[in-house]
Parts: sequence; structure tokens; C-alpha cells
Amino acid sequence: MNEKILMKGNEALAEGAVRAGCRFFSGYPITPQNEIPEYMSWRLPEVGGTFIQAESEVSAINMLFGASACGIRVMTSSSGPGISLKQEGISYISGAELPIFYADIMRGGPGLGNIAPAQGDYFQATRGGGHGDYRVIVFAPNSVSEMGNFPKICYELADKYRVPTMVLADGLLGQMMEPIVYNFEPVDPKDLPEKDYTLGCAEGRERRVIRSYDLRPGYLEKNTLRLGEKFKKIEENEVRYEKINLEGADIVIVAFGTASRVCKSAIPLGKEDGIKIGLLRPITLWPFPMKVLNQIADKVENILVVEMNIGQMVEDVKLAVEGKAKVHFYGRPSGGIPTTEEIFEQVKKILKR
Amino acid sequence: MSRIEVDEKRCKGCELCVIACPFGVLALSDVFSSTGYYPAKMVKPEKCTGCTLCALVCPDVAIEVYKEVKKTGAKK
Amino acid sequence: MKEKKVFKRTKGLTDIPMRYCPGCGHGIIHRLVAEVIEELGVLKRTIGIAPVGCSVFADEYFNCDMIQPAHGRGPAVATGIKRTRPDCIVFSYQGDGDLASIGMAETVHACARSENITIIFVNNAIYGMTGGQMAPTTLIGMKSTTTPFGRDVKVAGYPIKVCELLAPLEAPGYLVRVSVHKASQVMKAKKAIKKAFQVQMDGLGFSLVEIISPCPTDWFLTSLQAVEFAEKQMIPYFPLGEFKTPYKKEEVKKEAKEGIEVEYRTDFN
Repeated sequence: MNEKILMKGNEALAEGAVRAGCRFFSGYPITPQNEIPEYMSWRLPEVGGTFIQAESEVSAINMLFGASACGIRVMTSSSGPGISLKQEGISYISGAELPIFYADIMRGGPGLGNIAPAQGDYFQATRGGGHGDYRVIVFAPNSVSEMGNFPKICYELADKYRVPTMVLADGLLGQMMEPIVYNFEPVDPKDLPEKDYTLGCAEGRERRVIRSYDLRPGYLEKNTLRLGEKFKKIEENEVRYEKINLEGADIVIVAFGTASRVCKSAIPLGKEDGIKIGLLRPITLWPFPMKVLNQIADKVENILVVEMNIGQMVEDVKLAVEGKAKVHFYGRPSGGIPTTEEIFEQVKKILKR
Repeated sequence: MSRIEVDEKRCKGCELCVIACPFGVLALSDVFSSTGYYPAKMVKPEKCTGCTLCALVCPDVAIEVYKEVKKTGAKK
Repeated sequence: MKEKKVFKRTKGLTDIPMRYCPGCGHGIIHRLVAEVIEELGVLKRTIGIAPVGCSVFADEYFNCDMIQPAHGRGPAVATGIKRTRPDCIVFSYQGDGDLASIGMAETVHACARSENITIIFVNNAIYGMTGGQMAPTTLIGMKSTTTPFGRDVKVAGYPIKVCELLAPLEAPGYLVRVSVHKASQVMKAKKAIKKAFQVQMDGLGFSLVEIISPCPTDWFLTSLQAVEFAEKQMIPYFPLGEFKTPYKKEEVKKEAKEGIEVEYRTDFN
């Protein structure tokens, strides 16, 4: 049985990755995610893994490309500015269909911005972020416990679909301490099934090539269509969300990550005033819980989207509800964290109470 | 007599082998190959010593070299 | 009459005919690398990295496991591979734009970390695949499609000498510049490539072989003129020789005198 431990979010994430079988990490310092490489720098050698502090984020993601091509579970982490630099590699890795796992511990942007928690990288994460047609499976934890337990699911999905997967958290989740119980037994990489596409010793088999380009006319189109089918399958099977207090709700709030924690504490405020507030928390941001939101829109007139940005996920919510409900937005970008009272004010304004 | 074989599917008629040969064994053909180049060919085959210089400079790995094995000392 | 095949196609290359331009040095360099891998008996455990540029197709030509990453990132990918599979022989094949321009940081840092990898650096002073633009190694006064009046140092700066740049670092195991513009140099180039792979197999760290290679198409020359250009223009600016070796310098110098090995240079700084 796993015991309950008190950990920082970033460290829980790093430890979770190691327990999920990660044996290679390369990264570059950036606040507020530094605890992850710091933790990995001593933890990975303990389990026979490799830690490299790369010369840049660009180099870090490409080291991952090489290591993943050799078949092991790999990880990198950064914050917005660094993830921007990593997009090149992520696009190539998607094109080459290699599994990787990475974390974006978001900070205020655009540009160098600040180091306060924010959710401004939603578009970058859910739209792939780099060039070309691809998607990344995005998990948005809202507790240290989820920070620690999501890496294992991410690795499993990355291996299953041969896609990049990521955790999209923010500085607050990364820095705060909470108790965590790991809900899985440590994975021994030796027990993982062998992959039939990895590079290494070619004795007794044909040579293998890993590439993202195909210049033969028509071939790349076919291949990208095949990728499209794969992404469709992920959209059908891998949506995850949490429903809270939705039955008979007067209004439904949609929020993820840190924002969802605040929104959750607005529910009791509503109770006092006789307003039933429901909360839908997307756990996977891509694939986005479109269907369930569409069903919610059948039953409720008003949906309030709360984000720590100037309005990004709200576009997905609008797409999902297909105009069946009014979609309102409340955002605090670049380091602003909405308070329970602010959110309740918004609810009252919308419901004209 | 030594000789070379030029793979006409690979040869692009760059002429590097022609200048590499110290004995003027090679020249470009005046007939197109199937790939649309004038491939290299032996014009003075009797002078080939099998030194492999032509093959060394061939950018298309189109040349293979066969060297005559002299039976010197066989009867001694 | 009995005859013996004294020059045959190496098993280190696939059967696919190479699509490089006539007279291009890439083909020779491919063959040398492939022969070395075969001769060292490591073909089945070699992982090659193809660059972005003309030799992006290298992943079709080398008969070993290959990977094709982003422009300039070869040394980083090689790092990831070698650290994961230290039992494998890892080489990164890169052109001048790939290595000395966009990938300079990756190159210098892989070198500084003394990653136990081999880099084959093809220097033809031009961006070939994209149609002949100025490269970081384009000679002063040399014409390219982006320096139509010749490279002007006031506008475009000076060509980068990669071996000279890396040599002062503590880490590199083996740094050498060779050329493939004529048969005698091709033989020396092969020796250098073999030594570089040997350095990796001996675990002596980062090895880089810079190879001066003709590009007739984008130098706007015939293949014979290109050979002459390499000899008369390129090599005077990019002097050939070893810049760093893990083996005893005296031995190398002695061998160089006897004409067996590439000359060891001490005159670059």
C-alpha cells in the first residue's frame, strides 16, 4: 500500500513520472517549474535513469525525441516561454509518432510576462501549438494528488496512441503543498511491452527509420488522414471530466485547474442564497468534454466559464453547447486569481439575483 | 587485365572518375543512360590497372573494380 | 584469367540510387561512413541521424537504423539516443547550415558535454536543398542566391571555422577537417572518419569530422570546376588537418610525416 505523503505539486509530478516508469528527463530552468528538474536530477540516477540539463528548451525536447525513439519513457517540463520553444520538437515528435510526456507549469504571459500562476497557454496546449496537423492529449490536474497520479495515465495513453501527452498546470499547483497518496504501484520499465518501432540493435530484424517527412506525392496526405482517424478515436475514448452538483443546477460553471478549485468553493456560497451552482471540470482539455457539455446545455440556461486568462476555453465551450445555452465568461489573466466572492458576484449578476 | 563495371542506373556522368584515372582509361559515353545521363565507360580497357581511384571519387558508388590476379610464384 | 573484386559496394548502404546532383560530395561521404561502419563491424548497432538539407535523404541510404529530426538538432537527438543506448554507435550527419548556423548551440554544447557521439559535418559552403543561399561557411566574396554580389563581410560577416571554434574547448575527443575533392583526400577522409568512430567506440568522447565537399550545382560550376574550387578556394580558408585527438600527439605527427595520417595542426590559434 502507498502511504500518504506531503509534497509540493511539482515534486509530486516528478515523482509520479518516475513511478510511472520515466527514465529520461531533459529540461532547462524556468520559474515556476524548477522543482521538477531539480527533483529529477537526483531521483532519476537513483533508479538508473538519465537526467540532462540541456542548453536550451529546443535542445531538451530534441533529446527527448532521441531517447523516446529508443523506446523508454521520457519527460520534460517547462513554463509557457519554454514550451513555446519546445513546439518545434513536439511537432516533429508528433509527425514521427513517438510517445513523450511533458508538463507546462503555466505563468503569466504573453512574452516574459511574470512568474505568477495563469492559464494563458490553453490554446497553445489544446491546439497542438506547433506547426502542422496534430494534437496533444492535455491533462489539467487541480490538486497535488492529481499532479502525482496523472503522469501514469499520460504515459499509458502516449504509448497506446503514440502521441505526446502533457499535464497543463500552473505555478500555484506546482508550488503548493498537499497530501498525496499514489494510487498505483511503481512501474518497472522492464515489465513494459517491447515496442516494434524503436531504434537500437538491428540484429535479426530489418533496419528501422523514424521520420516525420514524406516527399512522395500523395503519401503524406494519406498519412495525415490516418493521424486524423487516430485523433478522432482519442476524442471518442479518452475524454475525462468531473461533474459536481449538476443535477437541477440553476447555473453551471465550467473551469479547469486552479480556477476550478476556486469555483468549487463558490457552490456553498450559492447554497446559502438558494442558488444551485453546478460545476463541470474538464480533466482532459483535449479531447474536450464536448458531448457532456452539449447535454448540460439542454438543461441549463446559463453557463459561466471561469479562466485565469482573457478567454480561451470559453471558445470550446461555445462550440460544445451549439448555442443552446448562454455562455458567459469571467477571467483573471496573468497572475490574477479569481476569488470565490468574485465568482459568486458573477453568478448573481447573470441570474439577476 | 583489370577492369571496372559502371552501374549505369547510378552513374550521373559527373566526370570525376574520368579525371581521377591516371591512365585515361575512362571517358563519358555519347549515349544516354536510362536515367538520362552520359555514363562513364572504359575507352582504353587495356590500360586499366585496377587501382580503384575512379571508384574512390565516384559520388554515386556506381563503380566496382576487378583486379587481375597474376599467378606469380605459383610454380616456385 | 583470374580476377578479384577489389572495390565493391558496401553493405553499409542500401540499394537505393542516391538522388544527389552529379559531382556532389555527399555520395562519397555517405560511402565512406557506410564503409567504416561496416568495416568496424557495428552496422547492426549503429543509429544514424539524418539532417535537414540535401542529405535529409540519408535515412534512405544508410543501411542502419535512422532517425530524421528537426533542422540543426542532430547533436541533441544524438545525446538522447546515446544516453539511452550507450551500447549503440551513434552518428549525426549534418550540413553547414544545419550544424554551424541553426544548430550551433546544440553542436557546441554536445561538444562541451563531450557526448560520446560522432558528427559528420559536410561543409560545402552553401545551402543546397533550398537553392543556394549563403551558408555560415560561405567564403568571403563568394556568390550565393542571397549574396548575389558576393559575400560582403560588412553585411554578412565572416565564414565560421567550426574545427577552430571547437578546438579550444576542453571536452572534444577528436576534431579533424578533411576533404573529398580528389582521390588522395578521399582516402585520408576515410581514415579520419574511421578514427572518429574508433574514438566513440573507445569511449573517448565527442568526435567531429568536417569534410570539405563540392557542390557543383549551387557553386554554379561543372563538377570538374567544383573540384578545382574546393582545392584553390575552400581549402586555403579551411585548412585540412587534425585539430584535436585523444591519441598521443607525437605519434600522430610522426604518422603525418610518413604520409599515412592526416596532418596534426597546431597553427590554428
